[in-house]
Order: sequence, then structure tokens, then C-alpha cells
Amino acid sequence: MNSKTADRLATGVFILIATIIVAILAGLFFYIFINGFKNISLEFLTSPSSNVRAGGGIRDQLFNSVYILFITMLITVPLGIGGGIYMAEYARPGKVTDLIRTCIEVLSSLPSIVIGMFGLLVFVNTTGWGYTIFGGALALTIFNLPTMVRTTEDAIRAVPRDLKEASLALGITHWHTIKTVILPSAFPSILTGAILAAGRVFGEAAALLFTAGLSTPRLDYTNWNPFSEQSPLNIFRPAETLAVHIWSVNTQGLIPDVEEVSSGAAAVLVISVLIFNLAARWIGSMIHKRVTASK
Amino acid sequence: MEKILPAKDRLLKSKTSRLDGESRGKLIVILCAVIMISATIAITIFLGTKGLQSFTKNGVSILEFLTSTKWNPTDKANPGYGVLPFIFGSFAVTFLSALVAAPLGIGGAIFMTEIAPSWGRKVLQPVVELLVGIPSVVYGFIGLSVLVPFIRENVGGLGFSLLTGTIVLAIMILPTITTIATDAISSLPSHLREGSYALGATRWQTIRKVLIPAAMPSLLTAIILGMARAFGEALAVQMVIGNVRNLPTSILDASATLTTIITLNMGHTTYGSVENNTLWSMGLILLIMSFAFILLIRYLSSRRKLR
Repeated sequence: MNSKTADRLATGVFILIATIIVAILAGLFFYIFINGFKNISLEFLTSPSSNVRAGGGIRDQLFNSVYILFITMLITVPLGIGGGIYMAEYARPGKVTDLIRTCIEVLSSLPSIVIGMFGLLVFVNTTGWGYTIFGGALALTIFNLPTMVRTTEDAIRAVPRDLKEASLALGITHWHTIKTVILPSAFPSILTGAILAAGRVFGEAAALLFTAGLSTPRLDYTNWNPFSEQSPLNIFRPAETLAVHIWSVNTQGLIPDVEEVSSGAAAVLVISVLIFNLAARWIGSMIHKRVTASK
Repeated sequence: MEKILPAKDRLLKSKTSRLDGESRGKLIVILCAVIMISATIAITIFLGTKGLQSFTKNGVSILEFLTSTKWNPTDKANPGYGVLPFIFGSFAVTFLSALVAAPLGIGGAIFMTEIAPSWGRKVLQPVVELLVGIPSVVYGFIGLSVLVPFIRENVGGLGFSLLTGTIVLAIMILPTITTIATDAISSLPSHLREGSYALGATRWQTIRKVLIPAAMPSLLTAIILGMARAFGEALAVQMVIGNVRNLPTSILDASATLTTIITLNMGHTTYGSVENNTLWSMGLILLIMSFAFILLIRYLSSRRKLR
């Protein structure tokens, strides 16, 4: 075969591959949205789910997902930023830093089901809490921490050296420089990273199966006492999230309208993740413009 | 008349020294780093000891566990604790999905960097990012409601099969492979490309003879990271693979992997029973495999540095 023909053929193959990738995504989105929008209604979003009868909604699951996400981020963000600051500013090249890097690498490559098992062992059985939102949030923290640390470290390393040196030259201490100079200018990237990580956490299910459980107690949304059994705000109650709900109705559910419920829930889940992604880009670039006064 | 204070009294004074904040801040961030190390060590120790219990406490033979194909933990008279079919299933879907996803992912990366660097990247990059964003249960659900009936009617078998699991996983690991491969190829020095073109090579010859060999260690890293993800994926596979305890004889047979058996049985076995403990041992295998993948990636990146 002539080398020119081979070149054209190869180009054709690469275009075909790119088309296949785009087609996969288009097909997935088409399926999710066409089937999902039929089933999303205000009633679907605001009625509780049903275990046996058709017509259940996803109100509690949606609330649980958002609430677990909130608690997770409440723990992850400070820890992750702290870890990131340590890696970027304080860690000296050496054995300890290598060890921490290895730990981050291990944590980020652990399958989420393994993190779920660890959560079951420690946060559910050893502590005796049973399935709780807090246990789920801690498991998700382990799952999310490496991403957060990396994002922060990269964001801090991307801050121009001049800024830091100017601040230190003014006689400001290291920690004060970090607090008042470095963190503010790294803030847009950290925020973008945090929102992207939130999108990932929102869709996570395997780590929550054995930590936050497959059930939700009957919730009373007028009860705002966080220590009451029926309060949605109680962090020591079991909580089934949206992603877990999709899995459980498909594999263990008895309801007749599995298709409808799960396609509706899947669409809600994907739309939420999309919103997280778009918000991350938008907020990131907006703050970047504000801070740097660039167009 | 105003009384004039001496200068030293007019200075604003704070009782706290800046250096207090300095050491407190350092302490806080070091604490964060320590938490990360201890989490990793705790996971290893807890899952390690728990995973070994079925061998030490319940007397299951490690050899039988790893090599027997008889999985029948509920049979009181003659229980079998062989997980070979699940280990086989895990490796089979991992390798097969990498086999499908690697050419697609690397091809997509080459399309983005070499064929259409300007608009190709603008189109394909967001596509890949969106694919990453779709949660794994959604992949599982679509596999279950579209792919399973499709394969049952058009290819054969029950629909729940190794093949279905492979396809779902291949789509899931595609973005991982594409992203890393794109970075690897676009970070190659441009003189490689230009030198090859200057010698009169066509684009395909340049890609095949120059760029792919030069980026090989990174491309392998991309594939291995994809495989690590496939090996540990639980719910999506569990929904489409069928979860039977036999060794599959064909690609259309239903099968099971380590993760799917853990997902399925962890909830309804009694904590501390032999069956439950063997599930923890399977979890230990997953943990060890994830260490193995890391070591493999380290080995590859050290090779990359030597060049």
C-alpha cells in the first residue's frame, strides 16, 4: 500500500474514532434526557419514595444527597486545603513528603467500594453508630480528600512567586502571607476544584451503600431539631442518596415502575452534575476576572 | 488643650505575637497531612486484619480460596469458599474493557492533538469531561435498560454477560485513558514531530513510528489507570453482569467479579460469619490489586524518567 493511501486511511480511522466517542456521549445524553424528562415532574421531586407501589418520588433521596454532599464538603474542604497548603508551602523534599505523596496516590486510586468497606468496618461497626449520614460523609471525605489536596496544591503553586516574595519582603510572616496573599489569589482555582469534586461526590454510590445505608426513616420536614430521629437534619440517621436509590430500585426493588423512577432519578443526577460542572467553570472565570481585573 | 501622648503609647499594640499564629498555622496544616497518612495506614491495617480473618479465624485455606471454583458458603454440610471465578471475572472484564477502550482512547487523543488540534480539541475535550461526570450508577442503569435487552435480542445469551460488563466498563474508562493520553502526546517536544515531517514522513508514519513510541510509557500509564478503575468499579458492573457463581465459558455467559459479589452479599450476611469474612478477604484482594496498579505505574514513570 502506498504511504499516502495509508495516511488517508489512518486519518479516516481517527476521525471515525472521534465520531464514535462523540456519538457515545450524544447517545447517552439523548437517552437520559428523553426518558428522564418524561418522568420528572414537581410531584416526582416532592413526594417520598415508595417501596412496593408505583408512583413514588425522590424527595428524601434528593435531600439526602444534597445534605451528605454538604456535610462531606464541610469536612473535606478545610482538610483538603490544609493538606494542600502543607504540600505546597511547608513540605520539604524528603522521605516524609514522599510518604504523603504515596498516601495521596493510594487514597485516590482506592476503589470506592473498598472505601465503603472501610467505612462499614470503622464508622458503622466499630463505632456502633450503624448506618449514618455522618459515616457516609466521612467515607466520602476519604474518597474526596486526595482530589481536594491536589487541587489546592496546584492552585497554590500556580500563584506567582513575586506575590509571595513581596509579602515576605515586607516582613510578613509565612503563615500570614499564606492567609492574606497566597490563599486569596489561589481561591478561584480552589473553588473550581471543590465544585468539580462536589459533582463527583454527588454521583457516588458504592462508598455509601454500606455507610449511609439503603433506607431513610420517615422524615418530618417541619422538625428542625438536629437530634430528633425524624428530623431531616439529624446526621446520625440512615440516608439513601439518589445514586444509591437508582441502584437499589434496579437490583433489589419491588416497585413496578422501576424504569420510570430510575430514568427520572438518573436525569436529575446527571443534570445536577452538569450544573456543578458549569457552575465551576462560570464561577471560576468570574472570580478570576474580578481578582485579576483581566478580560 | 489636648494632651499629647508620647509616641510609644500611641502605637497600636496587640498582645498576640504574629509568631503565635505562625506556629498555630503550621500545626494545623501538619495535622491535615497527618490525617491523610493515618487514613491510608488505617485503611491498610483495618482491611488487612479483617481480610485475613477468614484464613486465621475460620480456617479457610488460602490455596482453596484462590484456586477453587466452588463458591458455596451457605451449604452447611460441605461449604466451598473458592473465589477463582470472581477473580477470573474481575480480570476478564478489566482486560477486555481495556482492550476496547485503549484504541478508542488513544485514537481520540491522537485526533485531538495531531489530526485536528484546533477544533478537534474544542469538541472532544468537553465531551470527555462530560463522560467523566456521568455517575457510575447511571452507566449501570443505561447498560441494564438498553444494552442488556439489545445483546439478548441481537447477539444471544441472557443479555447479562461478560460482554455487557465489558462494554459498560470500556465506556467508563474511556475518558481516563483519553485525558492522560492527550496530555502525554501533546507534551511531546515538537521537534520530534517537525523532524519527522522534515524527513518527508506522512502524518500516519509520524504518529506510528515517532509519536506513539515516544509517548509509550505514558500511554501505558493511561491504560493501567483505566484498568485500575475498571477493576474496582462495582455498581455499574453489578447491574449488568448477571452475578452467577460459575466460571464463564464464553463472553456471552453471565459472570461475576470480586466487586459485584461484595456489593451483592455484604448487606445480607451476618457480620462476623465465615461468608461475611470471605467477602472481606475479597476486599483485601481489591486493596492489594490497587497497590499493585500503583507499583506498576511507578515502574512505568521511572522508566519514563530514565529516557
